[in-house]
Amino acid sequence: MPERTDFWGIPHTWGDPAIYVYTLMGLAALVLLWRFYRQASCWWKIGRPENRRDRPLLRLWKVIQYAILQGKVLRQRYPGLMHLGLAWGFFVFFLGTALATIDSHFIKFLQGNAYLLYKLALDLFTVLFLVGAGMAFYRRYIQRPARLTFGPGFTWSLALTSLIVLAGLAAESLRLAVERPAWAWWTPAGWLLAQAWIAAGIPGTILTNWHLGLWIFHLLIVAATLVTLPVGTLLHVLTAPLNIFFAKLDQPAGCLSPVPLSAEGKPVYIRALRDLTWQQLLAAEACTECGRCQDACPAYAAGAACNPKQLMLHIRTALRRDGASPLLDDKTISPTALWTCTTCASCRQECPVLIEHPDTIVDLRRSLVMDGRVDAELQKTLDNLGRYGNSFGQSPRLRARWTQGLPPIPDIRRQPAEFLWFVGDYASYSATLAGVTRKTAEVFQHAGLDFGLLYDAEQNAGNDVRRVGEEGLFEMLVEKNLSTLERCRFESVVTTDPHTFNTLKNEYPLNGDHHVLHYASLLDDWLAAGKLKLSRRLGYTVTYHDPCYLGRYNDIYDAPRRVIAATGCKLVEMPRHADRATCCGAGGGRIWMQEGQVAERPSESRIREAAALSGVEALVVACPKDVTMFGDAVKTTGYENRLQVKDLIELVYEAM
Amino acid sequence: MNIIVPVKMVPDLVEELTIDPGGAALDTAWMRLILNEFDDHAIEQAILLKERVGGLVTVIAPEAADVDDALFTAAAKGADRLIKLTGETGSINSHALARALAAVIQTETPDLILTGVQAHNDLDGQVGPLLAESLSMPYVGYVSSVKIENRMATVKKEYPGGLLAEFMVELPAVLGIQASDEPPRYVAFTKVRQAMQATKIEEQDIGELDISGSAAVSRMFQPEVKERAEMLEGDSDAVAARLVEIMQEYGVL
Amino acid sequence: MSENILVVTEHLQGRVLDITYVMLAGARRLAEQTGGKVIAVLLGYKAQFLTQDFGADKVHSYDRPSLEHFSPDAYLRVLEAEINAEQPRAVLLGHTTIGMDAASGLSARLHLPLVSQAQRFDGSNFVSQICGGKIMAEGPLPEPTALVTMVPGGYRPEDGQGRNPPILEKQAPGLEGMRVRLSHFIEPEAGDVDIAKESVLVSVGRGLQNQNDLELVERLAKDLRGTVSASRPLVDKGWLPTSRLVGKSGKAVKPKMYLALGISGAPEHVEAVTGSNLIVAVNTDPNAPIFNVAKYGVVMDMYELIQALSNALEQEAHAA
Repeated sequence: MPERTDFWGIPHTWGDPAIYVYTLMGLAALVLLWRFYRQASCWWKIGRPENRRDRPLLRLWKVIQYAILQGKVLRQRYPGLMHLGLAWGFFVFFLGTALATIDSHFIKFLQGNAYLLYKLALDLFTVLFLVGAGMAFYRRYIQRPARLTFGPGFTWSLALTSLIVLAGLAAESLRLAVERPAWAWWTPAGWLLAQAWIAAGIPGTILTNWHLGLWIFHLLIVAATLVTLPVGTLLHVLTAPLNIFFAKLDQPAGCLSPVPLSAEGKPVYIRALRDLTWQQLLAAEACTECGRCQDACPAYAAGAACNPKQLMLHIRTALRRDGASPLLDDKTISPTALWTCTTCASCRQECPVLIEHPDTIVDLRRSLVMDGRVDAELQKTLDNLGRYGNSFGQSPRLRARWTQGLPPIPDIRRQPAEFLWFVGDYASYSATLAGVTRKTAEVFQHAGLDFGLLYDAEQNAGNDVRRVGEEGLFEMLVEKNLSTLERCRFESVVTTDPHTFNTLKNEYPLNGDHHVLHYASLLDDWLAAGKLKLSRRLGYTVTYHDPCYLGRYNDIYDAPRRVIAATGCKLVEMPRHADRATCCGAGGGRIWMQEGQVAERPSESRIREAAALSGVEALVVACPKDVTMFGDAVKTTGYENRLQVKDLIELVYEAM
Repeated sequence: MNIIVPVKMVPDLVEELTIDPGGAALDTAWMRLILNEFDDHAIEQAILLKERVGGLVTVIAPEAADVDDALFTAAAKGADRLIKLTGETGSINSHALARALAAVIQTETPDLILTGVQAHNDLDGQVGPLLAESLSMPYVGYVSSVKIENRMATVKKEYPGGLLAEFMVELPAVLGIQASDEPPRYVAFTKVRQAMQATKIEEQDIGELDISGSAAVSRMFQPEVKERAEMLEGDSDAVAARLVEIMQEYGVL
Repeated sequence: MSENILVVTEHLQGRVLDITYVMLAGARRLAEQTGGKVIAVLLGYKAQFLTQDFGADKVHSYDRPSLEHFSPDAYLRVLEAEINAEQPRAVLLGHTTIGMDAASGLSARLHLPLVSQAQRFDGSNFVSQICGGKIMAEGPLPEPTALVTMVPGGYRPEDGQGRNPPILEKQAPGLEGMRVRLSHFIEPEAGDVDIAKESVLVSVGRGLQNQNDLELVERLAKDLRGTVSASRPLVDKGWLPTSRLVGKSGKAVKPKMYLALGISGAPEHVEAVTGSNLIVAVNTDPNAPIFNVAKYGVVMDMYELIQALSNALEQEAHAA
């Protein structure tokens, strides 16, 4: 019966080899733990406290989902499979070693079929690892995608792990070549390699000596790997699961935390490393530098200074210095980089280890705002928002000017209605959008929707004010809107603006008593319920742009698509769609700031993507800002005659 | 440096202005008041000077709607003292304000007085030069840069055509600020709220107003629209085509 | 006490500023009412040649080296003496960087009433333009001597010219102990185009959202064989040099066509463009004051219009 032999071919000249092995590994593990503790203790010594220990089982489940099962890693095929091979290779080797230890000291169970399966598994995952390592080698040294960091640390890690596995495989093959067991095919890779030794006709004694040498080499490399792990790129095998465990649990992505308070109850603005929470420091250490965030970042793609990966690396670098060192200057995290972020959340969406970049960016912006470090355009807009309650700097009395000429829309302050239509600044004030807003009203009226407006009492809902980092102004806008809303009677709030929708839904204390709906969902509901009937099938071929604050932030992907289908249009998806949809460039208050130097505007890149789809006549959007952003971009890219930019409501209106 | 910055609130031109039924004054019912933008620059210039050479900045404003917010905003930017002139300030004009300011400032021994070069509703002259005369101080207006050295201010005064003149002004002096060295800074709402708690507005009653020196207004009206442009209607292409015709007609093309 | 009207000449670096002629034209209207004479007061040094084309009845000239350039202190002292000696019905000064420095001080010093921002005279009433040009305020010219600062727009400069008035030399009071001293002039950056001499100006204001978008404007200007100029906000932002600034502290322009894109038309801007042969204004706000001076107006997003106009010009070029 096949069974596992302890320390095959290892002479007992100097006593039991187990003593040496366990001593060496034990020491290596101690060094690892000590070095890791030294590093990790910085997190809570420097970082501010924050409780992230509630519901450990749920957190553990996340670790299984994202660390063990590699849920996010697998969102991208090549790097996903590559990493799966490497990671699962080691998961199985680790498990195999643990089982061997149990087998050798506690219960002997690796015999017969169990042993054969054990050997097969180890052998298969060896192959899988080597495939992964080969892919990593090809990617790192031949493909060389720009998003990767090319440092010796990665070469070191890849070399160490590959040597461990290669030495293990070679040792195994030598043993097989000497032993030639009947079950040798259960370790196919090892046995294939063994054929080489057999064919070369090398005597067994020599092979046994070689085996001894390789076995010692294998052992030393494992020890070296353990000892260097806390200072190398392999550290992520510890920090990534930790970061996943401590990730934000149930607070929706679209809900930012308020300005944190210190132990003395003073608001904390992040100016130095010590102002970040321990979890934010852990996140920086968990970054694997895979660059998926950088690849997905629309600002980075536009040639702006923003780079979510660099943000994490800057924090990590600062952590290697000291806690008091300033974070926000041009040598570390540059304000320009922070201001170019659109808060589109693509970075967070892609991050395999659940780092929450946008939240940290907003935290940092808050301190810039407190220090008055905002650009002139943004300053003007914030002044306008504070004074007039809208970003346009126009009189509140003109907010509902677009209603002129329409059948009267009730003032919900005087007349209760089922739906309160929170129009938002762009839909209210933008000259380019007046037509779309009026059509929305006409569709609502046609469908018999019982709705009203706040007229001049509506103020900007504050979504982007908050994301700009002007928390005080956000609070004031919320207070003003809430005091108005308290005096109105309605059941649901509907808005066409995903930004407004996001903050009303996730940040206003409305959801208990009221539904907050985006008009795409409302139209979808009403079409499904037959309350809104369409009489024409338009027959256009269109593509659809998912707004960041509707899609990634609130997971509404299907409703607008069903509405498009209901109008009889054929939808062709862009390569980047749904949760991978790229940002138009307006979010996070970017639309209020100076553009700065860009290579290609995000909106123009998006237009080119849409225009490249054959037969697509229109880009359908579901956000007022998109109408203006893409309306401009379609002109500047020269696709004006090729592609129309249409609001979802325009399709519905036309199909009515 | 003891710097005093007299400021005032003016009608916000973003809101439509209407004439009251009497026909000789603005209707205040719908009026929104904002800080005169040149005064905002004067505050900024004062804070910049304080940051450069040290000193105390006092901002003084006559009572008006929302003036407290404007004063607290100045404090949040770095002003040390806030004074509100109370009393019959509703009908105050530049002459009366300058007199009231002079009475308050006389006891303060300022080194420098900075105020906005003008306000859009000045109908009887500017507060700065009126005040300078009342305090027998020299005055320069349209100033867009101020440096202080040895009891002397070096200022840049703006002239048409982008021309600037550098003047040396003996202190104490009054300067009419057109633009501060740096654009007025942003002050976060939270900071203004903090200033509201940390700073007190001192009130000074100005007693009876002496508005002499101004002219009586018998009628206010919105400018006639007879000379208004001929508006071109239609979509952008139609408008563009018409414009090309017009340009040809005028020999531009 | 006389019924004469004094006009304080504004000149800078050897050139008379247009506002002087506007004031002379206004003074003539007033003098017709009062039956007095129009007297131009000139403070300067060897500057009497400037008054040759003045539409005044005579010139009172204070000529000495220390008056070569404007200085608030010196002007106050000389004008105080002149007004005391002349006792005129009214003294007109520019509502400008020069006149404003002197007028209010004189009012306080001489206890004379002051009217600001007067645009024109209606009989013996002043009509002032206040609140950014949105409101006109009218009232009787105050007694006994009214100090008036004037804005352009009410009279054509040509109407204040053409009399070659006799010059009366006057003795200036002592000018020692001045507390304000000019040290030097700082010329605007040279080397750029002179927008005052351009025949087509494409001028942009707040409506321009991004500095990068200047490219679009420059392309349009090129198509029109013109130059790009701007209103104050864009120059303050540093998007364009001061040499391109149209307005009170920039240049007054007189092109064949002035195309104002996204400019609302504050009085400081408007006064510098009224000499244009043709003004076309594009703004999203139908109530923008720029439409009050433009010949043609378009309520439209400036970007949309730029695009359409560029296309139309291209077609035109092809057709030609």
